[in-house]
Amino acid sequence: MTTLSATIQEVFNEPACAKNAAKSEKERKKGCTKQLQPGGAAGGCAFDGAKIALQPLTDVAHLVHGPIACEGNSWDNRGARSSGPSLWRTGFTTDINETDIVFGGEKRLYKAIREIIEKYDPPAVFVYQTCIPAMTGDDINAVAKAASAKFGKPVIPINAPGFVGPKNLGNKLAGEALLDHVIGTVEPDHTTPYDINIIGEYNLSGELWQVKPLLDALGIRVLSCISGDGRYREVAQSHRAKAAMMVCSKAMINVARKMEERYGIPFFEGSFYGIGDTSDSLREIARLLVSRGAPADLLDRTEALIAREEAKAWAAIAPFKPLFAGKRVLLITGGVKSWSVVAALQEAGLEIAGTSVKKSTKEDKERIKELMGEDAHMIEDMTPREMYRMLKDAKADIMLSGGRSQFVALKAAMPWLDINQERHHAYMGYVGMVDLLREIAKTLFNPVWEQVRRPAPWDDPADNWQARALAEVVAPQLAAE
Amino acid sequence: MAKVTHVKKACTVNPLKMSQPIGAALAFMGLRGAMPLLHGSQGCTSFGLVLFVRHFKEAIPLQTTAMSEVATVLGGYENVEQAILNIHKRTKPEIIGICSTGVTETKGDDVEGFIQLIRERHPELAGLPLVYVSTPDFKDAFQDGWTKAVTRMVEMLVRVPEPVAVRDAGRIAVLPGCHLTPGDLEELRTIIEDFGLRPSFLPDLSGSLDGHIPEDFTPTTIGGIGVDEVTTLGEAAWAVAIGEQMRPAAEALRARAGVPFRLFPRLCGLAPMDEFIMFLSAASGRPVPAKYRRQRGQLVDAMLDGHFHIGGRKLAIAAEPDLLADVAGMLREMGAEITVAVTTTHSPILSGIDTAEVLIGDLEDLERLAGERGCDLLITHSHGRQAAARLGIPFFRVGIPMFDRLGAGHLLTVGYRGVRDLIFTISNLVIADAEQNHQPTPESWRLTEEDGATDGVQQKGQAA
Repeated sequence: MTTLSATIQEVFNEPACAKNAAKSEKERKKGCTKQLQPGGAAGGCAFDGAKIALQPLTDVAHLVHGPIACEGNSWDNRGARSSGPSLWRTGFTTDINETDIVFGGEKRLYKAIREIIEKYDPPAVFVYQTCIPAMTGDDINAVAKAASAKFGKPVIPINAPGFVGPKNLGNKLAGEALLDHVIGTVEPDHTTPYDINIIGEYNLSGELWQVKPLLDALGIRVLSCISGDGRYREVAQSHRAKAAMMVCSKAMINVARKMEERYGIPFFEGSFYGIGDTSDSLREIARLLVSRGAPADLLDRTEALIAREEAKAWAAIAPFKPLFAGKRVLLITGGVKSWSVVAALQEAGLEIAGTSVKKSTKEDKERIKELMGEDAHMIEDMTPREMYRMLKDAKADIMLSGGRSQFVALKAAMPWLDINQERHHAYMGYVGMVDLLREIAKTLFNPVWEQVRRPAPWDDPADNWQARALAEVVAPQLAAE
Repeated sequence: MAKVTHVKKACTVNPLKMSQPIGAALAFMGLRGAMPLLHGSQGCTSFGLVLFVRHFKEAIPLQTTAMSEVATVLGGYENVEQAILNIHKRTKPEIIGICSTGVTETKGDDVEGFIQLIRERHPELAGLPLVYVSTPDFKDAFQDGWTKAVTRMVEMLVRVPEPVAVRDAGRIAVLPGCHLTPGDLEELRTIIEDFGLRPSFLPDLSGSLDGHIPEDFTPTTIGGIGVDEVTTLGEAAWAVAIGEQMRPAAEALRARAGVPFRLFPRLCGLAPMDEFIMFLSAASGRPVPAKYRRQRGQLVDAMLDGHFHIGGRKLAIAAEPDLLADVAGMLREMGAEITVAVTTTHSPILSGIDTAEVLIGDLEDLERLAGERGCDLLITHSHGRQAAARLGIPFFRVGIPMFDRLGAGHLLTVGYRGVRDLIFTISNLVIADAEQNHQPTPESWRLTEEDGATDGVQQKGQAA
């Protein structure tokens, strides 16, 4: 465990993270994750985070070394998409039992790797550590090394057992595994001045494909996307990219920063959510590539493409703007993308009634303030009851959130749209933005709300629970006045 | 009849099985005002939560003791105490159901001891039932977790009746297995009430996860059987256990309160429903209502109409033991062959299934054998979707999880009319598949060289 705790300390000490840089030495050691509250926590674990970050690598066999819970309760439930291989959607687990706990599970793990290679012959096997084998001392690094030598195939240990921390830490530990074992191990057949990496993008609902055509049109090659619709070999040769874009806020900042240090690949943090952000990101990619030696005409071509695509998008959005005038949105997300979505919605004339910042970094919050003004209604953490009051209080017309809080809105007969990782629609780039607005309009103006809000004919509408909940909000206010 | 075989391989591929702590947690969700609490890392809870949200499309109460690495090594007393106090303060539950997980069992946390100490230190918790059940992830399966939790509820909550107490002749305790949906329970309640009996379901998911609009906000379960009603279960004249998995709970109720029980291993199918209805008639002393006589006729007619499509089908099915026995049994009775059967855990019911072998295995086994043996109907939970697509055969989803279709909570496998509709749904799948993929063409019956054809040798196509 010493190496794992050292890695965690290193991940906590992220120099490229502005929030971290502002901390004292002591604070920094404590790490960037809040202490979890027993009986009041709701997030995923580090293993979950590692799996989210790496599973979109489509040709890799992802083997979970642990009891059935870790894979059996969760496999094939992510919204990432593949343009080719389907192996990433195959669930592999050692499903350890009592014997493996008493006598150690290393032999089973080794055999499992062999079975996978014999049956599925993937370019690589990723082995995910989980809590129990971490406790009993199964050395997955040693097993991976032995298996790799024996079978002549990369077997990559991912050391992020659930109990070391939350999802976000798992994202970063997954990144460390790529840095230690994958990136830089293969040389590309050829390189171009237009090669980039996209880091921290998972191709949920195929979103990457909303942006890739833009890059294709500019002649920009995605040498590697880590990890959406990715292939093992692409990640292995990603050290030859000329520039990198880091998306999804800070989830894999360690990968971007260390690749800059080790291989001199400059990176920027950007987003493809919203029209303005998409254009900015394309400009920044072009600028970095030109600074690394790409022909300067790329800048002009990029501007031309932006002008053309923006015009198309604005034309598509125009019909929505009058519809959305005065409509208010409550935005409850995992936090990482809050600011980029805020900007996008404002572009379409929607007002933001409030946004959650539970998992947002300090920098994220600053950006939200920039966008929404100083009195931005930022919500740290709320119970469903508070969320409902917020919906009513802020006079929001629609709630955008992840799947878990959907029932607060739906049970209150409020329009709701899924914007988290299990969603079924793609919202990236210029076309994605238009799609998002189309979805919002479809939801907001669906006649079903009138139907479902009708009280049952035998009920007294003044005495339903919505009315009572509202009374609870209003009563203390009256008392205070 | 069937031989039960444990598949020998080191790597489980495409798991069929889910872990027992979340099976136990689901059982607690059938209690009113309940908050299930998994004693483990926060991921154990998070995965279970997402799974149930996607299956039921409902808000799911489920908490965690949020064990860190250090807490796991040092022991989890403080986390359990903190969690109970926080839940008590924040959500005011009527009961907390605590399930252990793999990590805390590996460490060997004595949760019973913890609870005793917590009770001593926090008298304010005196009125709050805390039911603990040991459910390590590395043993058994989802269904076993459910069984253990319900059995513990009976042992901990049911009051031992006075020796002279008279049984309530109209009351019947129903112990449903986890293979029944909230919709199934609702159907059973209607049937039982139609005989003038008053059923108490333990657990009762039909009150909590049936998808109704709640009367009020509550972070705990929004319905289900109340603890007060559970305590008086010992007064019931009869207990009905549904599914072999409920035998331990029924036996516990009999041992504790002397309630006689009748176990119905299956309710899906004509003969099992006949038995159930006649039991209710005998227990209530009432004749079978006209409604069920009509419905029985409808089921018989559905079986007649459906057997053309289901007869001769080669079924590949993977499900937990009771669900497997129930659904496969019904289709077998309509002429399907149970060609491949895969399950998650041991159960006495498996050996009685009308097939050569039942495998304790995974969906890789199901897919491989279904392909090898030419199966033309696949039944399992939603994770079978990849296998079904590769095999190109009709696919019917049953069990948990069912995350890619609506109505998981209301799929019926019980009652005459429930089974009638189930037969229609499966038959229609088969019919649609025949229309889309197996239409006859001039090539379907072309003679091949093997048949003695002399010219224009063709590959023999598949007949519809």
